[in-house]
Amino acid sequence: MINSTVAEISAALAAGDISSVEITQAYLDRIATLNGELNAFITVCEDSALLAAKAADEARANGLDSPLLGIPLAHKDIFCTKDILTTCGSRMLHDFVSPYNATVVERFNDAGTVLLGKTNMDEFAMGSSNETSFFGDVKNPWNTEYVPGGSSGGSAAAVAADLCAMATGTDTGGSIRQPAAFCGVTGMKPSYGRVSRWGMIAFASSLDQAGPLAKSAEDAALMLNVMSGLDKKDSTSIDRPVEDFTASLNQPLKGIRIGVPKQHFAEGLSREVEQAVSAALTEYEKLGAIIKEVDLTNSHLSVSAYYVVAPAEASANLSRYDGVRYGYRCEDPVNLEDMYKRTRSEGFGEEVKRRIMIGTYALSAGFYEAYYRKAQKIRRLIKDDFDRAFTEVDVIIGPTSPHTAFKLGSKSDPVSMYLEDIYTIAVNLAGLPAASIPVGIANGLPMGMQIIGKYFDEAKILNVAHQFQQHTDWHKQKSPAITAANGES
Amino acid sequence: MALDKTEVEKIAHLARLHISESETHEVTTRITDILALIDQMQSVDTDAVEPLAHPLDLVQRLRADKITEENQRDKLQQLAPASEDGLYLVPKVLD
Repeated sequence: MINSTVAEISAALAAGDISSVEITQAYLDRIATLNGELNAFITVCEDSALLAAKAADEARANGLDSPLLGIPLAHKDIFCTKDILTTCGSRMLHDFVSPYNATVVERFNDAGTVLLGKTNMDEFAMGSSNETSFFGDVKNPWNTEYVPGGSSGGSAAAVAADLCAMATGTDTGGSIRQPAAFCGVTGMKPSYGRVSRWGMIAFASSLDQAGPLAKSAEDAALMLNVMSGLDKKDSTSIDRPVEDFTASLNQPLKGIRIGVPKQHFAEGLSREVEQAVSAALTEYEKLGAIIKEVDLTNSHLSVSAYYVVAPAEASANLSRYDGVRYGYRCEDPVNLEDMYKRTRSEGFGEEVKRRIMIGTYALSAGFYEAYYRKAQKIRRLIKDDFDRAFTEVDVIIGPTSPHTAFKLGSKSDPVSMYLEDIYTIAVNLAGLPAASIPVGIANGLPMGMQIIGKYFDEAKILNVAHQFQQHTDWHKQKSPAITAANGES
Repeated sequence: MALDKTEVEKIAHLARLHISESETHEVTTRITDILALIDQMQSVDTDAVEPLAHPLDLVQRLRADKITEENQRDKLQQLAPASEDGLYLVPKVLD
């Protein structure tokens, strides 16, 4: 049953066909078998998971029922989890045991989910391959010589390899969608402000957003139902009623207007991905959708603007790691400045230091206008492009990533790694919601399709994704190695 | 814009990072490459464009000035690399 969706496990739990303890144990066994190779988890919470599963079974016996009660999940190690190691993939926090829970964690706990463990990630969520983690690379379950994508690579790999039923992730420039595409799972970045950022370790505060990684759009909707909603502890959290995201999944797509940005089908897109997304658009036409080209004129500037905004905000956010109140401290500092500098140089990895320096430079005296302010203006142009497109279409569809996963160690140059997120970054700059769903397989590796929606139109995106998944089975495809390890059909 | 070694050392100091002599060359090259990527945005005229600080133009929410958190001083201080008598310990600042 470990390869089932949350919706299926939930039904089996409700029917009494399986207990939460049984399914939790099955995932723990699976993690014990495969995590050594995949390195998807930094921490596995075996004892507390079984206790939580037992409590969920007891609650059910006492008449409680809710869709996620007793469902085993994994949290990206960026979410603070009370009394559990929370590392953010960094040496800086390699022994940090959080004294409190993130709001996202608290909400899943309240829904009765079972925490299996914390997933590996790029250090401080800075990376597109999971290779910047202090805890080692995560391997792609489809082919362990390839990256799982990043930064939520551990969560995506864990869902793809059936190490959990569902997982949380965060997305600042594509960190949910790109690993979802590379690992063949469904991932969604909600609208900025939809999900509380409280207790989610900050990278770039005006871009960061938490979201689900799951085996289907329906599962993502079930997760979003729990994650979303106003949190007074996050001043950017939106005060807006949370709808039931599963309610409109089955709405027919007849007459829906799908925008296809010509800029996302230009030079640099691999032929396999182009063909897969085109085939999906044909499928949508069969379902009654109207396909229309849209123009996102300034999308080629999104990577440039992002690499000012995100590092600038990161340089401010990460100034808190000074070796004083928590986290790593260097040995035998000779004075305060030496302590700061060596703590930070030894505690942070190369990529994090690089981004702190870019951000520090962009914000330093004399350069603010040319960099940060300029980037904010570009950000306005990008948002305006989307606003214009959305007067003509209901959703925008294109590839999530230009190609399938690349080999571990094959991209040593940061600029080429940054360009990996060429189709996803603009969405964060504009604060829009977007999902990635599996759309095909090429050379034994999955490909993803991005569905972008209007502000707070997550339900529409999930509806569009779900309808595709009702008529195709790309989301059900598994790596042959994973199917063999399942020892089941 | 190409950076030189002195500028990189200055940025590192502002960011309170230590860069060893052997790393300086590579760090300078990498950062120069990234700035070249960033500088692509300089090609667009944005004089008439209003900067966007936040995707949704929202007003900061306020709350009553009341203590809502419980005092966890001892628990939080256990996380510190060094503390004594309820204080955080750092290297001597003043002689």
